[in-house]
Amino acid sequence: MLFNKKNNINKASWGLKIGAIAGILFLHIPLFLIILYAFTTEDKSYQFPPPGYTLKWFSIVLSRDDIWNAVYLSLHVALVSTFAAILLGTLAAAALYKADFFGKESITLLIILPIALPGIITGISLRSAFGVAGIPFSTWTIIIGHATFCMVVVYNNVVARLRRSSPNIIQASMDLGANNFQTFFYVILPNLGTAILAGGMLAFALSFDEVIVTTFTAGQQTTLPIWMLSELIRPRQRPITNVVAVFIICITFIPILYASYITRNTSDGEGSSK
Amino acid sequence: MITALELINVNKSYGQVSALDTIHLNIKDGEFFSLLGPSGSGKTTCLKVIAGFEVPDSGIVNLFGEDVSNVPPFKRNVNTVFQDYALFPHMNVRDNVAYSLKIKKVPKSEQDQQVNEILKIVKLEGYDSRKPSELSGGQRQRVALARSLINKPKILLLDEPLGALDLKLREQMQLELKNLQRQFKITFIYVTHDQQEAMSMSDRIAIFNNGKIEQIDTPANIYSKPKTAFVADFIGTTSIISLDLANKFFNYSKPFSIRPEFIKIQNDNIHDNEFNIEAIIDDVQYQGSYFKIIFKKDDLTLISFYYPNTSKQIDINLGKRYTISWSKDNITDLNE
Amino acid sequence: MNSILDSFSSYLFRNKNLLILLFLLPPLLWLGIIYLGSLLVFLFHSLFYLDGFTGKIVYKISLNTIIELFSSPANIDILIRTVALAFLVSVGSALIGFPIAYYMAKYTSPKVKIFFYLAIMLPLWSSYLVRVYSWKLILAKEGIISWVFEKLHASWILEGILSLPVIGGPSLSISYLGMFLVFTYIWLPFMILPIQASLERVPNSLINASYDLGASKRQTFYKIILPLALPGIAAGSIFTFSLTLGDYIIPYIIGTSKFFIGQAVYTHQGTAGNVPLAAAFSLVPIAVMTVYIYLAKRLGAFNAL
Repeated sequence: MLFNKKNNINKASWGLKIGAIAGILFLHIPLFLIILYAFTTEDKSYQFPPPGYTLKWFSIVLSRDDIWNAVYLSLHVALVSTFAAILLGTLAAAALYKADFFGKESITLLIILPIALPGIITGISLRSAFGVAGIPFSTWTIIIGHATFCMVVVYNNVVARLRRSSPNIIQASMDLGANNFQTFFYVILPNLGTAILAGGMLAFALSFDEVIVTTFTAGQQTTLPIWMLSELIRPRQRPITNVVAVFIICITFIPILYASYITRNTSDGEGSSK
Repeated sequence: MITALELINVNKSYGQVSALDTIHLNIKDGEFFSLLGPSGSGKTTCLKVIAGFEVPDSGIVNLFGEDVSNVPPFKRNVNTVFQDYALFPHMNVRDNVAYSLKIKKVPKSEQDQQVNEILKIVKLEGYDSRKPSELSGGQRQRVALARSLINKPKILLLDEPLGALDLKLREQMQLELKNLQRQFKITFIYVTHDQQEAMSMSDRIAIFNNGKIEQIDTPANIYSKPKTAFVADFIGTTSIISLDLANKFFNYSKPFSIRPEFIKIQNDNIHDNEFNIEAIIDDVQYQGSYFKIIFKKDDLTLISFYYPNTSKQIDINLGKRYTISWSKDNITDLNE
Repeated sequence: MNSILDSFSSYLFRNKNLLILLFLLPPLLWLGIIYLGSLLVFLFHSLFYLDGFTGKIVYKISLNTIIELFSSPANIDILIRTVALAFLVSVGSALIGFPIAYYMAKYTSPKVKIFFYLAIMLPLWSSYLVRVYSWKLILAKEGIISWVFEKLHASWILEGILSLPVIGGPSLSISYLGMFLVFTYIWLPFMILPIQASLERVPNSLINASYDLGASKRQTFYKIILPLALPGIAAGSIFTFSLTLGDYIIPYIIGTSKFFIGQAVYTHQGTAGNVPLAAAFSLVPIAVMTVYIYLAKRLGAFNAL
C-alpha cells in the first residue's frame, strides 16, 4: 500500500487514501445505521434492509413521559456537573500550569485518575463511600460522581491555553496598575474564556452520556443513558430505542461542534510578537 | 541632579544560581541608561527587580528617594515595555492602550482623548480598532510603547524591545525611541545585549557579567577606558594582552588592551613611545570598508584594522611578516 | 472596597505561594476526600474476606481473598480472557487506526485536517451506549453483515467463522469475534489521535533526509517513521488496553456467558455482597495498567499525549 508511491512524495498512495477513508467510514457507518433503523417499520428484530419506513416512532417517543423525564434529568445533571467541573478544573489548572513544586506530578495524576481508572471501580468506590457516610442516593450523588471525572476535561483545556499564552500579560497588567483581582477580571478570564467554554462543552457531553458510574451513584433516578441501558438489556420496541439514540447523537454532537468552533483559531499565537 | 532610581546592595538568587550579586545602581532623572551584557548576565532580572516582578533577597530599591522594595508592581510609578510586547490578545489597540486609564477609572471621554493623542505620537493613528494578531512586529512594538507612555511615567523600563525587528526597522526605531525620550524627558532604563545599540543610544551604560556590574560609564569612556578585560572584549573589537605576554614581549608590568584601529602596520619610524613586535599575518577578513587582519607571534595574537582606501597600500597575503606598532598612549591598562 | 482588594493583592505579592495554595485547595479537597478516600477504602477491602456461612464481610486483614482470586481456575480464566482481549483489541485498533492517523498527519491540507479531526472527535465524545447499540444491530443474525454475506453468496464463510472454536458463537452478536469488533470500534478514536499527534511531530525534513541518504520508501517507513510513531502507538494503547480491561457493558451486551473482569467485579459486589472479592478483581486491572504505563512511559508515550 504505502510503498507503491510513484514519483511525488507529497501525494499519498491510493492504498493509503483508501485505508484512511475506509477507517473514517468504519467510524461513522454504525451511526448512520442507527439513524436508518429509527425509521424502520419492523420493531421486533434488526432486519436488514428495513422492510419499510415510517415516522411513527418519532411521535411515539415524543409522547413518552418516562423518556422525557430521563432527558430532563440528564440535562439537569450535566449542567450542574459541568458547572462544578469548570470551577474545580479551572482552579486546578491556574494553580498547576506553571508550578514546579514537589508533588506536582502526583497531584496531576490524582486529577486524571477518575477518568483513567475503569468506571466500574470509580462507581463502586463512590457507592460504598456514600453508603458508609449515610448519604442517600439522589440526583446530587449522581452530580458529585460526574463532577469528579469531568473536572479533568476542563483542566486539560485550560492548562493548554494557559501554557500557550504569553507569560508576560499578567505582569503587563500589574505593571499598568491593575491589582490581582482587576487582572483576573480584565485580562485572565477573557483570555481563558473560550478554553473554559470548550472544556465545559466536552464535560457536558461526557456527563450527558455517562452510564457506568451513574448506575452506581443513582438511587431510583433514571438518566437517559440508564434508560437506554435497560432497553439494550431487554429490548421492547427496538425502533424507539433508535429514535432516542438519534436524539442523543444530536444532543452530544452540538456541544462538540460548538467547542471546536470556538477554539478554531487558537493554535496560532495571539498578541505575542514572535 | 535628581536620582530617579537607586539600587543599593541588591542580591537575588534562584536556588544555587546567583542572578544578581551586590548590585549598586544610581540612575539620574532624564537619563537614557542601558543595562548591557550577554544572555544570562542578570540584566533582565535587574529590570524585574526595579519593576517589582521579582523581590530581591536583600538590598533596597529606591524610586525618587522612596523605598519601594516591598511595594507591589501595580503601585510603583514605573512602566515596562516587555520583550514580547505582552499585548492583551483579546483587546484591540485602543483598549490595550487605554487599559491603565480604565484601571484608574478615568472618564471615558478623557480616555479617548488621551488615547488619540498618544497614538498620534507613536504614529499609529487609524489602527485603534485592530487586534494585536492583525499587526506587524513593529506596530505591536509601538502599541506596547503607547500603552506605557499614556501613563506619563517618570521611569520607563524597556526589556530588549527591538530584538524581534529586522535591522533597518531596528535602526529606525532606535531614532524614534531616542526622540521620544528627549521629548518627554523620561528616564529610560534599557536592557539589551546589542552593544552597538547601547553605545549609540545611551547617556550611560552598566555592563553586566554573571550577575555583577563590571563598569558603569559613558559609552565613550567604556570604549576607550575599559576597566576590565571583559568590558574591553565585550565592547567593540580589541586585543587583550595578558600579564605574562606583556612582560615577555613588551617589558610591561600590567595586562592591557589595544584597539585594532591604533595598530600601525610596517611602520619604519618607530618612536620610543611605541610598543612594537614582528608578527605574521595569520588570517584576513574582508569587512567592506576595511580588512580585519589577525597577526600572530608565538602565543601572542593581535587584531588590526587595515583601511585600504586611506592607508598606504601593503600586501596582506597570509604569511607575510611585518613589524606592527602602536603608541603607549593608546593602550588601556586592565585591572586583572 | 478597592483599597481592601489592593491590600490583599499586596499581601499576595509578598506571599506568592499562598495564591497557588488557595487555588489548589478546593479541587484537592474534593478529589482527596470524595474520590481518593472512597477508592482506597474500596480497594482496601481486598484485604478482608467474606465469611462463607454468614455471608458478611469479616473486617480482619488477611490474604484469603487474594489467594481465592488466583487459586480458582474459573477466576484465572476470567483474568486471562480479559487481558488477552485487551491485547488483541489494542493491536486491532493500532492496525486500523494507523493508516488514518498517517494520512491525516502527513497528507491533509489544514482544512481537510480539521474535517478529519472532527470526524474522529465526534464519535469519541458522542454516546458510548449508542455506539455499542449500533453494533448490536449490525451483528444481529438478521442484520446488515449477514445480508452482505448473503448478497455475495458467501454465507458459508460467515457460518464457517462462527463455527470456529473460541472466537465463534451462535451469532456474531454473541461471540468473542463480535466483542473484538465492537471494542476495536469503540476505542479507535483513542488510538488514532495520539498516533496522529506523534506523526505530526516528525518533521518532513527527516523523511526527506532519509530518501536523500539512499533509503527506499519501505526502509524509511520501518526505520524512521514507525519508530518515531511508536510513542503515539504506545499512548493510544494505554487507552485501548485500560478501557477494555475494565469494561463490563460490552461483554454483557455482546458477550457470551463467559465472564470478563468488569462483569466479575459487578456481580461480586452486587447481590453476592462479596465486596472483598470485587475489590480483589479490581486490583488486577490497576496492577496491570501500572506496569503497562511504566513500560509505555519508557517508550516515550507521555510525550505523545
